[in-house]
Amino acid sequence: MVKEQANWSPYDNNGGTVVAIAGADYCVIASDTRMSTGYSILTRDYSKICKLADKSVMASSGFQADVRALQKVLAARHLTYQHQHNKQMSCPAMAQLLSNTLYYKRFFPYYAFNVLGGLDNEGKGCVYTYDAVGSYERVGYSSQGSGATLITPFLDNQLKSPSPLLLPAKDAVTPLSETEAIDLVKTCFASATERDIYTGDRLEVVILNANGLRREYMELRKD
Amino acid sequence: MSESVQVTNNLTNPEASSQRTLYPYVTGTSVVAIKYKDGILMAADMGGSYGSTLRYKSVERMKSVGKHSVLGASGEISDFQEILRYLDELILHDNMWDDGNSLGPKEVHNYLTRLMYNRRNKFNPLWNSLVLGGVKNGQKYLGSVSMIGVHFEDNHVATGFGNHLARPILRDEWKEDLSFEEGVKLLEKCMRVLLYRDRSAVNKLQIAKLTEEGMTISQPYSLKTFWGYGAFQNPTVGAEGSW
Repeated sequence: MVKEQANWSPYDNNGGTVVAIAGADYCVIASDTRMSTGYSILTRDYSKICKLADKSVMASSGFQADVRALQKVLAARHLTYQHQHNKQMSCPAMAQLLSNTLYYKRFFPYYAFNVLGGLDNEGKGCVYTYDAVGSYERVGYSSQGSGATLITPFLDNQLKSPSPLLLPAKDAVTPLSETEAIDLVKTCFASATERDIYTGDRLEVVILNANGLRREYMELRKD
Repeated sequence: MSESVQVTNNLTNPEASSQRTLYPYVTGTSVVAIKYKDGILMAADMGGSYGSTLRYKSVERMKSVGKHSVLGASGEISDFQEILRYLDELILHDNMWDDGNSLGPKEVHNYLTRLMYNRRNKFNPLWNSLVLGGVKNGQKYLGSVSMIGVHFEDNHVATGFGNHLARPILRDEWKEDLSFEEGVKLLEKCMRVLLYRDRSAVNKLQIAKLTEEGMTISQPYSLKTFWGYGAFQNPTVGAEGSW
């Protein structure tokens, strides 16, 4: 009697790409708004970006049900934090919380590929990049998701990240201005959309700086 | 004295897997739904297939939920009936508060998402793809939930084959503020294509209309079909060797 196998998978990849770039006093977090399954498009108008705290914005691609559950867990934890400490969580604190939350499900992971962007305690832009089980590091820029393989080499070329092996440690934040960084992000997505079938429809860009949070949108190819 | 204690659970006991869903038995096929001027229109045929046998031909796959919503389901029919029981209890408790408040379609959609996701987490899914539509205080809402908890809302949704055959038609022809007649015509166009091309579709369907006033579901009826198209008679003309 051979044991019956399940013929369904608890995971699915709903596609999409996310990017974040840190500047001297701003942070840009961007994602496309396409949600797919297999070779079908489910919807062209789905946000992958979630504001977790005043100075922390997370963008996640991967399995949408897990991403939503992760966002809910973090939002709930942040609310508790606010009740207990009477202040918002800082971006570095949220970064650690996200890592711990992901590792908590190390043996049935959240299939979520995250990029956390925001302003650190000194007001400088910061970007943290993660894998599905919580391994993370602070970087000057990052890209995750289906178009990441197309975007990351381009950002490496344009932003020339200093080696983390250098002493003294060199800051990875880009010297680009806010407008230049937004333009760079738009270029990244326009390019990724050409060759990645899971990226497209519309680009959502969130910009965090000392004045607060604002959003910009750009149409992308829908094919 | 020695007592042997047997500890069994779903992971160590192979027979317990008969308690968890492995595959569906009686299934319904596509559900298609759109927003229109006054609310939501949803269509589903009345077939319940048992593998390749068309076992049941009068299955109502759309049901009203509370005052403001309608739920359509494809997939395992018994799991759909289970979901209706869960929703019954949800609506009952909502009514028992007797506070004038009532669960709207957004709330019911969220509840269903959590339900499906939690079952997926326990490796015992409800084998359905759900469509939840409704109107509350003039706000129209139309959402979808899959068996593993993937969910979204849009102006038009479909399950199963509907995603492949109906959505493209809707992307081309849906527009804001369709009249009731235009909406029904559009849904019938989608259902006709599904009838031609989906093996498990059956020519007996219902259309549910949901507005601020409530839900009405049509009597079952069938679509007129035409099988005399040249392409149907000679399907391989222009592509010799294909079928």
